[in-house]
Amino acid sequence: MSTGIPKYDPMLDRDPEQLGALAISHNALIACPECDLLQRYRAIPIAGVARCPRCDFILYREIPNSIDHALAFALAGLVLFVVGCAFPLLGLRFGSNLVEATLLTGIGELWSQGLAGVSALVLLTCIVAPVTHVGLMLYVCVPLKFGRRPWRVDLALRSLKSLQPWSMIEVFMLGVLVSMVKLAKMATILPGLGLWAFAGAIIAVVAAMAVLDLRTVWNKLALCR
Amino acid sequence: MMGHPGTALDAALVACGACELVSRAPLGYSDHRLACSRCGAPLHARKRDSVTRTWALVIAAIVFYFPANLLPITRIETLGSVEEDTILSGVIYFIQNGDWPVALVIFVASIFVPLLKLSILIALLISVQRKSGWWRKERTVLYRVTEKIGRWSMVDVFVVTVLVALVDLGALANVDAGPAAAYFSAVVVLTMFAAASFDSRLIWDCYADGERNR
Ligand SMILES: [Zn+2]
Ligand SMILES: [Zn+2]
Repeated sequence: MSTGIPKYDPMLDRDPEQLGALAISHNALIACPECDLLQRYRAIPIAGVARCPRCDFILYREIPNSIDHALAFALAGLVLFVVGCAFPLLGLRFGSNLVEATLLTGIGELWSQGLAGVSALVLLTCIVAPVTHVGLMLYVCVPLKFGRRPWRVDLALRSLKSLQPWSMIEVFMLGVLVSMVKLAKMATILPGLGLWAFAGAIIAVVAAMAVLDLRTVWNKLALCR
Repeated sequence: MMGHPGTALDAALVACGACELVSRAPLGYSDHRLACSRCGAPLHARKRDSVTRTWALVIAAIVFYFPANLLPITRIETLGSVEEDTILSGVIYFIQNGDWPVALVIFVASIFVPLLKLSILIALLISVQRKSGWWRKERTVLYRVTEKIGRWSMVDVFVVTVLVALVDLGALANVDAGPAAAYFSAVVVLTMFAAASFDSRLIWDCYADGERNR
């Protein structure tokens, strides 16, 4: 498959500081990330969406008060998420026995059963990635609200984007619901405080992601300092 | 030079994969030595070795798909009796209990989505390698869907996590995770990396002589 690009050299990819040069940027141009169609940036109405005319990909959105709203949702999400992790998700009453479990109980149990990889994956997708993702949103949005540029914002925004697919709390929630149905046959299931906090965290995080347009963030950052 | 006269590639421009800023290389620098001036990410006009990497990850995922479905995912001990469940027997269990919605969720997330995702990626890879000009937009949309649905396959792994944590009543009842949990996690992770390493711009890169689009 030749695309007219020189062969990739892994040695050059290690450290961006050591790359040959910085490219010359064109702010008014947009290349569709999915089909590479080159187009000129055009203003769109508030709450509008700009789509690629060739492949329909959403190129950018114009969200009113994007940063403020993302900040509020991310903060709520982080608080609820911490509560969700700290308190029991579910309780199981089986005769006179009562077992309560948090998310960390499950991760620890998988680890002790010898499934270290699965345990690490659940830890990554249900705790590390969501917390870091929301934390980075706050790290970028709080200083930006006051017109300041956060330290190493380039790295923060790159990490934010690459972490996004690995934050799977909404999938975890579906898993919790399925296990509730499965266990309801053999014992009494008691939803815990953690479960409600998790449900709230998911709504807040999804809302934060929906109102945060990274293009707006980069444009705001260009005006800072 | 390949590509349609409307793409960044043809205008000798590169869009940053991380922040989407469009850049031009200074004279004398080739594409792969450049960093984005805004976010510092290395610039590449197309994802590196996209087709080869995606094939490798797809094949690895197919290999793990078999033990993931044939080996037990949970091992349930109740009062001395041991029952081992595979993903499919879990689905059958829910059907027998009349829990159709749950059976459907598990079937779609654990069996159907991974297969669908792998089939779509294989079809896309073959179409790109054959430089097909058919249904470009539809194939791009198909890729977009594939990228979005993969995460939902993790449902069964999370169900196992909750069961293992909660059903820990000593001799009365106990659930252990089976080896399929590890293989299945590997399938999900590999297909997610496979989808991420495929470059949908390759679908649009080759145009037959005289063919024009917009
Ligand atoms: Zn497009
Ligand atoms: Zn960039």
